Amino acid sequence: MVPAVELSDVDIAFRLVGGGEYRAVTGANLKVADGEFVSIVGPTGCGKSTLLNATAGLISPVAGGVSIYGSALDGLNRRAGYLFQADALFPWKTAIENVAIGPETAGVPRQKARADALQWLSRVGLGAFGDRYPHMLSGGQRKRVGLAQVLIRDPKILLMDEPFGPLDAQTRQIMGNLLLDLWSADRKAVLFVTHDLEEAIALSDRVVIMSAGPAARIIGDWTVALQRPRDIGEIKLDAAFHALHREIWQMLKAEVVKGYAQAGAA
Amino acid sequence: MSRLTLLSLQVLVTVVSIGAWYVLTTYPVFGHILLPPFFFSTPVDVVKQIVAWFVSGVIWKHLWVTLWESILAFVIGSIGGVLVGFWFARQPRTAAVFDPYVKMANALPRVVLAPIFTLWLGLGIWSKVALGVTLVFFIVFFNVYQGIKEVSTTVLANARMLGMNEGQLMRHVYWPSALSWMFSSLHTSVGFAVVGAVVGEYLGSAAGLGYLIQQAEGVFDVGGVFAGMFVLAAFVIVIDALVSVIEKRLLVWRPAPADARP
Repeated sequence: MVPAVELSDVDIAFRLVGGGEYRAVTGANLKVADGEFVSIVGPTGCGKSTLLNATAGLISPVAGGVSIYGSALDGLNRRAGYLFQADALFPWKTAIENVAIGPETAGVPRQKARADALQWLSRVGLGAFGDRYPHMLSGGQRKRVGLAQVLIRDPKILLMDEPFGPLDAQTRQIMGNLLLDLWSADRKAVLFVTHDLEEAIALSDRVVIMSAGPAARIIGDWTVALQRPRDIGEIKLDAAFHALHREIWQMLKAEVVKGYAQAGAA
Repeated sequence: MSRLTLLSLQVLVTVVSIGAWYVLTTYPVFGHILLPPFFFSTPVDVVKQIVAWFVSGVIWKHLWVTLWESILAFVIGSIGGVLVGFWFARQPRTAAVFDPYVKMANALPRVVLAPIFTLWLGLGIWSKVALGVTLVFFIVFFNVYQGIKEVSTTVLANARMLGMNEGQLMRHVYWPSALSWMFSSLHTSVGFAVVGAVVGEYLGSAAGLGYLIQQAEGVFDVGGVFAGMFVLAAFVIVIDALVSVIEKRLLVWRPAPADARP
């Protein structure tokens, strides 16, 4: 079967202001099958988000190729939905307008788009909050709206960049379970970037480890053979979870230390 | 401080300052009057003058002219500012070419243009509108320009990932952002529209509050000057209150509308 996302020998570099270039990612190879949940874990600043942006088509690699369901990506990835780390909701639109904007943009009549948006808001548990503006919602609620905003467009691929990063531990767990619920109802290919190994293992089918930057590479790829459906709180108590966590952490720890050393030197 | 205490203290300021003004212009201290009414008028004369204006109804015409000039200056200046702001923000090359000239024009004290506008447009309202426009335009222009430049890159990336084309980005992202910046400077730009109208009138006109003040000054009628100032101040306060109401309605999505005031 054709993978949903295929990165082959992807190199990504940025031009520096003072001349020269910064090579963020080098030789990245990654396949995400249709319906598969893959997490990318790595130390801070290693280029995880960069890799995600390349998959989204927001930046283009200097070498190598990105293909989506077998065809080479050119420009924006129209089959992907992207949940950003920072607040990405339109602050001047209410929650329901934020969710409805995707379908409206695609030409769905306003009435229908609003009705669908309300349904999606209920699905993320915010049915009664449609007329709130983003600043009136908590961080967790904003992420829920963001999730609804992305999922209402029914993308085949879901890209998530530390979406729950700014949230507190309890909210993260709730959001993780919500995500798994929604995902299991309609399995999309998911590429989930996080620095939290526990979160990655608890959510994913596969965990991919990146080395410390610059010129970060993919250095490890583990399959998470834990049963589904999962509850994030409970699965963390599982012995298999611990064994896997220890195994991956051995590798990750070395990279994290390296990452810190480089950040300190820079 | 409770509302009542605050209000009484505020009233007290008025009473004390007007009382001092009255006493010092009316009663001699150690044999001579400290504030000669010829230069400082008296509160009684000022109130009499204001009442006379309103009773005879002459003031309405002047208020109406000033209001109309301010509105025209605000509307025309805003439209120009929005258009050029959008144009420059979306075309960095054009913006770079015109940048020094925009800075130069903005640095110029606009009052010096008033005689030229009078020369070009006559003594009627349009020369005052033109002066107001030159003031309002730059405020709106800079805010719109900034509003478009400062759209969060994440929001922009999100909009593009949600499938928006250029036109939709304009409508759903750039335009609301630019408007919010423009509205947050509404007090300033409306204020400048009034300044343009009044200064223009003062420098040469046949009607308006500025004309009224200038006429009184021409015959050393200090009471008339003060009366004109008080009417003008009340006029500006009313307009400012209206702007606050509009601002509150337009910026509901803002976390703290109070902070939006520059």
